[in-house]
Amino acid sequence: MTSIYSADGRNVACTVVEAGPCVITQVKNADTDGYNAVQLAYGERKEKNTPAALKGHFKKANTTPKKKVVEFRDFRMEFEGGTKLGQEVIAGEVFKEGDFLDAIGTSKGKGFQGVVKRHNFGGVGQSTHGQHNRLRAPGSIGACSFPARVFKGLRMAGRMGGSRVKVVNLRVLKIVAEKNLILVSGSIPGAKNSMVILEK
Amino acid sequence: MSELIKFIEKEYQEQVSKFPSFKSGDTINVHVKIKEGNKERVQQFQGTVIQRKNAGTNGETFTVRKVSNGIGVERIFPIVSPSIDKIEVLRRGKVRRARLYYLRGRQGKAARIKEKL
Repeated sequence: MTSIYSADGRNVACTVVEAGPCVITQVKNADTDGYNAVQLAYGERKEKNTPAALKGHFKKANTTPKKKVVEFRDFRMEFEGGTKLGQEVIAGEVFKEGDFLDAIGTSKGKGFQGVVKRHNFGGVGQSTHGQHNRLRAPGSIGACSFPARVFKGLRMAGRMGGSRVKVVNLRVLKIVAEKNLILVSGSIPGAKNSMVILEK
Repeated sequence: MSELIKFIEKEYQEQVSKFPSFKSGDTINVHVKIKEGNKERVQQFQGTVIQRKNAGTNGETFTVRKVSNGIGVERIFPIVSPSIDKIEVLRRGKVRRARLYYLRGRQGKAARIKEKL
């Protein structure tokens, strides 16, 4: 993350996203697939590390093997001469400055965490009055002989992070066309240099 | 730092390089643009630099301290801020540390800083 100054002199925190160039590797339509969608691919991948089936798939679109393939339903962008296989999609064509977008990423893994961090429990709240080493304990997890079990889905300690997270309504602050960069206001889930999906 | 972030910050850093170099201990005069309605005027803030933080990034700030009517006033400026019009270095100070927090507890003669010659 970094920060830039907006036109009215405000300092805005932003995330720099390298968006594209993506290549259309498949076009789905209502007749053959039952719905309309476009499959975009991004990032270079070594030929020797690509399964043969995918190699064929990329060859059909007349491109080199790509790292990440994502399908976008009801892709509304208009191209001259229709949406074609192998067409390049760049950041500035899809998004404009001032647009709002949603960002989807894989959040940073936090490991095995207790309930205070994982579910925002309050903890015990006191360290005196008879309490001993249970400052961040979850407390009771249910009643006694009825129901005589712990309900499913009860919030407990466990693995935290590393899940798919979507952040909605982030603003596009700036687009740098020559480097395919999008500056998005605020933060985006995930570690540095990880893959994210930007949706309008 | 990531290459992409460096690329974005470059244009702001160019603006920073136009300012004279100054360190903590120096006495500087900061010309700040102030917007009042539609009018814009320039205000000056003169004092001693007591710290520079997060150097080399867009988040870099510096703190200027002065004593106004017997009351210590500190102002923190982001160095890439568009509201900074000009920075003048009036006096180079000779100090032994980067953060001059000790000045806060001192008054008058004790708060002097030797000049670097």
